[in-house]
Amino acid sequence: MARVDVRKTYKLFIGGEFPRSESGHSYVVNDGRGRFVANAASASRKDARDAVAAARKAFPGWAGRTAYNRGQVLYRVAEVMEDRRPQFVDAVRQGEGGTAASAARAVDAAIDRLVWYAGWADKLTQVVGNANPVAGPFFNLSTPEPTGVVAVIAPTASSLLGLVSVVAPVVVSGNTVVVAASPDRPLAAVTFAEVLATSDVPGGVVNVLTGPVAQTVPTLASHMDVNAIDLTGLAGDPDQALACEVAAADNLKRVRRAPTAEPDWTADPGTGPMTAFLETKTVWHPIGV
Amino acid sequence: MAKKSTPFEYAPAPESRSIVDISPSYGLFVDGEFVDGHGRSFKTISPATEEVLAEVAEADEADVDRAVKAARRAHSRVWGRMPGRERAKYLFRIARIMQERGRELAVLESIDNGKPIKETRDVDIPVAAAHFFYYAGWADKLEYSGYGSQSLGVAAQVIPWNFPLLMLAWKIAPALACGNTVVLKPAETTPLTALLFAEICQQAELPPGVVNIITGAGETGRALVSHPDVDKVAFTGSTEVGRAIAKAVAGSHKRVTLELGGKAANIVFEDAALDQAVEGIVNGIFFNQGHVCCAGSRLLVQESIADDVLARLKRRMSTLRLGDPLDKNTDIGAINSAEQLAKIRELSEIGEQEGAGRWSPPCELPDHGFWFPPTIFTGVTQAHRIAREEIFGPVLSVLTFRTPAEAVEKANNSPYGLSAGIWTEKGSLILKMANSLRAGVVWANTFNKFDPTSPFGGYKESGYGREGGRHGLEGYLRGEG
Amino acid sequence: MSSTATTGVAVGNDWADVTASEGSLRRFLHGLPGVDQVGAEARAASLGTRSIKTTAKAYAIDLAIRMVDLTTLEGQDTHGKVRALAAKAMRPDPADPTCPATAAVCVYPDLVATAKQALGASGVHVASVATAFPSGRAALDVKLADVRDAVAAGADEVDMVIDRGAFLSGRYQQVHDEIVAVREACARPDGSTAHLKVIFETGELQTYDNVRRVSWLAMMAGAHFIKTSTGKVQPAATLPVTMVMVEAVRDFREQTGQMVGVKPAGGIRTSKDAIKYLVMVNEVAGADWLDPDWFRFGASTLLNDLLMQRTKMQTGRYSGPDYFTLD
Repeated sequence: MARVDVRKTYKLFIGGEFPRSESGHSYVVNDGRGRFVANAASASRKDARDAVAAARKAFPGWAGRTAYNRGQVLYRVAEVMEDRRPQFVDAVRQGEGGTAASAARAVDAAIDRLVWYAGWADKLTQVVGNANPVAGPFFNLSTPEPTGVVAVIAPTASSLLGLVSVVAPVVVSGNTVVVAASPDRPLAAVTFAEVLATSDVPGGVVNVLTGPVAQTVPTLASHMDVNAIDLTGLAGDPDQALACEVAAADNLKRVRRAPTAEPDWTADPGTGPMTAFLETKTVWHPIGV
Repeated sequence: MAKKSTPFEYAPAPESRSIVDISPSYGLFVDGEFVDGHGRSFKTISPATEEVLAEVAEADEADVDRAVKAARRAHSRVWGRMPGRERAKYLFRIARIMQERGRELAVLESIDNGKPIKETRDVDIPVAAAHFFYYAGWADKLEYSGYGSQSLGVAAQVIPWNFPLLMLAWKIAPALACGNTVVLKPAETTPLTALLFAEICQQAELPPGVVNIITGAGETGRALVSHPDVDKVAFTGSTEVGRAIAKAVAGSHKRVTLELGGKAANIVFEDAALDQAVEGIVNGIFFNQGHVCCAGSRLLVQESIADDVLARLKRRMSTLRLGDPLDKNTDIGAINSAEQLAKIRELSEIGEQEGAGRWSPPCELPDHGFWFPPTIFTGVTQAHRIAREEIFGPVLSVLTFRTPAEAVEKANNSPYGLSAGIWTEKGSLILKMANSLRAGVVWANTFNKFDPTSPFGGYKESGYGREGGRHGLEGYLRGEG
Repeated sequence: MSSTATTGVAVGNDWADVTASEGSLRRFLHGLPGVDQVGAEARAASLGTRSIKTTAKAYAIDLAIRMVDLTTLEGQDTHGKVRALAAKAMRPDPADPTCPATAAVCVYPDLVATAKQALGASGVHVASVATAFPSGRAALDVKLADVRDAVAAGADEVDMVIDRGAFLSGRYQQVHDEIVAVREACARPDGSTAHLKVIFETGELQTYDNVRRVSWLAMMAGAHFIKTSTGKVQPAATLPVTMVMVEAVRDFREQTGQMVGVKPAGGIRTSKDAIKYLVMVNEVAGADWLDPDWFRFGASTLLNDLLMQRTKMQTGRYSGPDYFTLD
């Protein structure tokens, strides 16, 4: 008789732990061919609230680490992902369909992208910060700082490469993040959360919510303790994107608008995804005896 | 330092040597393999005990030529055309292995160089690994560097004995990140960690020829930097040799960076945080036995607090522990060679003859090995030779000044310009002094701090070019056009 | 252990000019050299890397035990609890009579008599907290009555708290005068005086500059010991904060010839921690302070770790909590 397998429960990732939704709700996730895969946790607005609280709590510690340390942690995430490459290839294939080869390419690209961002941690300041030659006897320095807690709506189609491409640029500089994963393709996100939990990433730095967008996104967009929001995952849903941008204006969140369509994730991201979530601090000090 | 009858005697706390496996002999590392050298092999010894550690090959001109050819092949066929993100991953591997084998590297470095295990374990090795991590991250984002993304080709690199593995990291990491291949010659008294690094390159499966390590002395170095098929020369060492190299590459296409000597002024103002300033003075000149190009070898102390600072300094020096480099409680290790010891002694005698006041805490020196107690000379002026010439040992010359302007004048009154220290609690004064000092690295309320992100290099005869940081890429890229 | 009968040199006169007015006191304290936080913490961390093994470790452990002020300062303390604590202080290791006794026990004033009786002629001192410990927020005459009560009950030593509110709002002279008043209240009818430890609550003072200033202030006012914390506020004692205080007592002796003791309290839990403090004292101030008369640890759980390490050094085996009392 064929061996019965032990199936995974797909839960949320909040504050470094894997709770079910406080609502007790779950929703059906099918694979690329419409077959049942799992009942994943369906995050509620209270889960979103808890995730923001966890992200806020984790922010001072994460932002206070040396850039070198953050880079090391992100590199470690890449190491652990590489170690689990077959599992991710399966997860991508399951969620997005396509061939094993195309899934493998997406996973390799996701790992390399993480390595790319890991290398940015201790260089971003050198590229976007500088001294300013003011017209007076003053030392003047502009440096980037992380803005705080960032809500990210992950791309709907690219469940791993797209996910990494919106999460890594946010945390590399010290921000903490609440991610609303692709509602139809959450499995790679949950597996990714498992990697984060085992890779020296402090709890609360990345929080992952799965479930229909309507339950969590409006809460995140209007939450007064969220400093910025990335609407990438709302590409192709201009009404929802507009509503979020309007809600975000209440506490002047920094907004990264949704593109008209999901971008080509294999292209060089540039520094935009990182600088969108930075503040620039300029300090003056007189020069004299 | 004194063997007074204090009840709290620290028992010996030796780091075990067993982790290190030193071969009786070493060849050259060329094109991914260890091969015989054809020069006259030489011995490397432990400066703390004078025991012979290993026999090391000497690369003759033909060996140098083979190495450069291997580097050229590797550049044109493999490394120079490899996408940055793949180069990055090799460098990350190397960084990781250096971390994994960190203790082994630290012990080996202490044995071969003579410096305390506390320093190799806590500074040399971690910062060297961090250098590889940092530059690994540039390999795939050179278009953001401001210097373009085109490599130069083959780099000839000659490094000194004072921070063997760290100097290797400062040279190789940026070179490889930018797509160059290298032929590196470690100093003749400290080849062992470079040879272990070669093994690490093998473990990382770095493509053959990307890194070549050729051991030897002055002749090997000369042959290497004058080889016609080298695109870049990077040298850290004495100003004297630096001048010779600058002359040798004149008229050629070779790009060159030099990191040479120094005679840094460590300037203590009357409003300094005194206890930390004393730590900074001690750190500035006695860290690494003073074998540091950027050592704070001249203390410029404001006259109003000179007596107080000297009393505190002497008291502090009395707690320095000199001895076995592998003892975890050792602060001051061995002088690297008999030759260097002779130089330090010679200049110290000159200091006495010139009338400066010499003081060391009572110190028991071991019978074997090369040792020099931490020493200060007081009543020194800019006219003394010990205020002008680099001693490269644990010897501090103490001068006084009255005003900030005078401090600047004295600090800058030197052909060197590598580093300087400023101690004051007044922010505007720090910035004013920093602006006025002709030095490539200025430390305010700290000293001898190194970080892969922070550019390092000198003004004037301390050399040109910078290592570390974004600026450190400039020397290994073609630049626009 | 020295008796507390000596009064030492009268300090008030040496500092009369400085303490004459709020202005002169402020100018003096603010004229002291600053402390650079990064540099100070780096030096403390570096001292913490000393490796203390074998004979040096055995010496340090026994010394540390002899320096412990075994402490219980809880609302739920009872006479029974204090008697158990006293028994442990006199004989820390039930299985080994060669283990030295601690320096003192430290209790609230209303339990001093019980402690005194339990300790008898053992040589272990009774230290009492006082002055509305731990907050110090009460009228001066209430705080002084607290002190007199403890002294009358037989306390050998008094651990007072300074008024941090006064210090942080710059009323240095008030802080100084209160310490002087408490020291006077430590006097006994026979002319001797209880030894005064002055607690700064460094966690509330926050900066090393403040710690340096308050150290000098307390020493000028006649403190026998300066102490980091009450143990009720985080952070309590840290190695760098204690180091700054040790630098201050060193400099004070350099200037006046007088020695003052230092007591870090709270947060020192392991033998390894305690040994770091001893190394720091050894290298920053010198061997003269390596004595229970001049350095104490305010601790409770530290003692058991010291005992376990002591046992390991003697038997070669790691021990467990079952073999020691949990008082």
